[in-house]
Amino acid sequence: MGRLERVRAYFRERYRLGPLGELAAHKTVPVHRHTFWYYWGGVTLLLIGIQIASGVLLLLYYRPSAQEAFESIRFIMTKVEFGWLVRSVHAWAAHLVIFCAMVHLSSTFFLKAYRPPRELTWLTGVVLFFILLGFGFTGYLLPWNTLAFFATKVGTEIAGVVPVAGPIVQTLLRGGSDVTDVTLTRFFWLHIAILPLALLGVVGLHLLMIQVQGMSKPLSVKTDRAMPFFPNFFLRDLMGWAVVLGVVLCLSVYWPATLGEKADPFAPTPAGIAPEWYFLWMFQTLKLFPSHVLGLEGELVAVGLTGLAGVVVLLVPWLDRPARQGRTHWLVWAAGAIGMTYVVGMTGYALWIGHHP
Amino acid sequence: MCPRQLLTRRAFLRSLLNGGVLALLGATLYPIARYLFPPRGSEASVSSVVAANIGELATNTAKTFRFGTRPGLLIHTSQGRLKAFSAVCTHLNCTVQYDQHDEVIWCACHNGKFDLNGQVISGPPPRPLESYQVNLRGEEIVVSKSA
Repeated sequence: MGRLERVRAYFRERYRLGPLGELAAHKTVPVHRHTFWYYWGGVTLLLIGIQIASGVLLLLYYRPSAQEAFESIRFIMTKVEFGWLVRSVHAWAAHLVIFCAMVHLSSTFFLKAYRPPRELTWLTGVVLFFILLGFGFTGYLLPWNTLAFFATKVGTEIAGVVPVAGPIVQTLLRGGSDVTDVTLTRFFWLHIAILPLALLGVVGLHLLMIQVQGMSKPLSVKTDRAMPFFPNFFLRDLMGWAVVLGVVLCLSVYWPATLGEKADPFAPTPAGIAPEWYFLWMFQTLKLFPSHVLGLEGELVAVGLTGLAGVVVLLVPWLDRPARQGRTHWLVWAAGAIGMTYVVGMTGYALWIGHHP
Repeated sequence: MCPRQLLTRRAFLRSLLNGGVLALLGATLYPIARYLFPPRGSEASVSSVVAANIGELATNTAKTFRFGTRPGLLIHTSQGRLKAFSAVCTHLNCTVQYDQHDEVIWCACHNGKFDLNGQVISGPPPRPLESYQVNLRGEEIVVSKSA
């Protein structure tokens, strides 16, 4: 018996690993013209892994206080060996993880992978996407620079607009009535403790559901062609991961993350202020919304509509009734396309305005 | 079951257990919830500050000053009048600034504009800026919250 086999036997004797091995051996992935989209979930998972690893490294030097946060990041970027690389990887992977999650979510929407019995897989996926946005929002403040400071002021003010629960959530987030040192501590706490716990729990559930139910096949695909997950799909996944890791490293090396200027809570908001690209569509919507709509404050209407859109996305598997009966309907496709066009269009518009004020 | 028996021993014990678990949960969660809220009175309220000294501001210029935990905006208008407002935009809390060219108060976040009385001219802000009283005390320009 070889050494590896002896190790396997040791664990087999003590823990019932048979069912796990069976699951891995029999797991297959459908092969059809949309198989490409199956890789995006794995890539998102890899990027989450990169975020955890680079985040843990940054923790070694980062100090979560208004007096020291900016200086500690500058120290990481200028004094610590490869500190600039670790921070850049964390910043670039943060962009990419949201992008990949968006692609993954959009592809599962248009391929109707949320059809029964996979409603809860969709639900956990959307929750994961919201958690990732939460990571982006809380992580943005941590360098305590001007851009982050004002983006957080606006972001937490938006939370406060929601009737009844809004002011409570705002106070909890800010730790007071304004964005201060206390807010930074709270955002750090959310970023490295609460959100990771939530992420690990929901990712675990999401993956478990996929393992138990297998991958969904689009309605248009009639073939039963499939490939084994181990090793065929897994090796392809690994190839994709290698490419993504290369992309993250190239972006980090050639376009390293910048730090900006230290936040001054008593300075005017500088011109050209804007949030991260994934919040730009909402930023532009708030900019264009009139001050009053039907007697209500414009921001309340805008935030209300955005919240409603979020709930609609969560409930897609139950709202798309034709899909529950194995049919497609142009209206569902059109609603998704209009929503996506709006988000992409508003983001593009905000970027264009930013360069042509 | 005896018809006169309103409560069985099993039902009584179940209620007792459920009530006990609920009480235990409440006793655990209530302190956590209270802990998450910042203590009251941690932010001192300020009703009046010295925003600048006379002569510090040329006409058609402005200065951002600290008013407690929030920024304020003191403007020396081109007509020579001193005006002060809360510098917190009524839209989404950004800090406004004085636009010398157009002689308006401008918010860079969402392009809201206010006139020199704090009234909204254009953009998404739903309410005027909070205005403050300006008084001179010797060489100092004192800004106070309106009564």
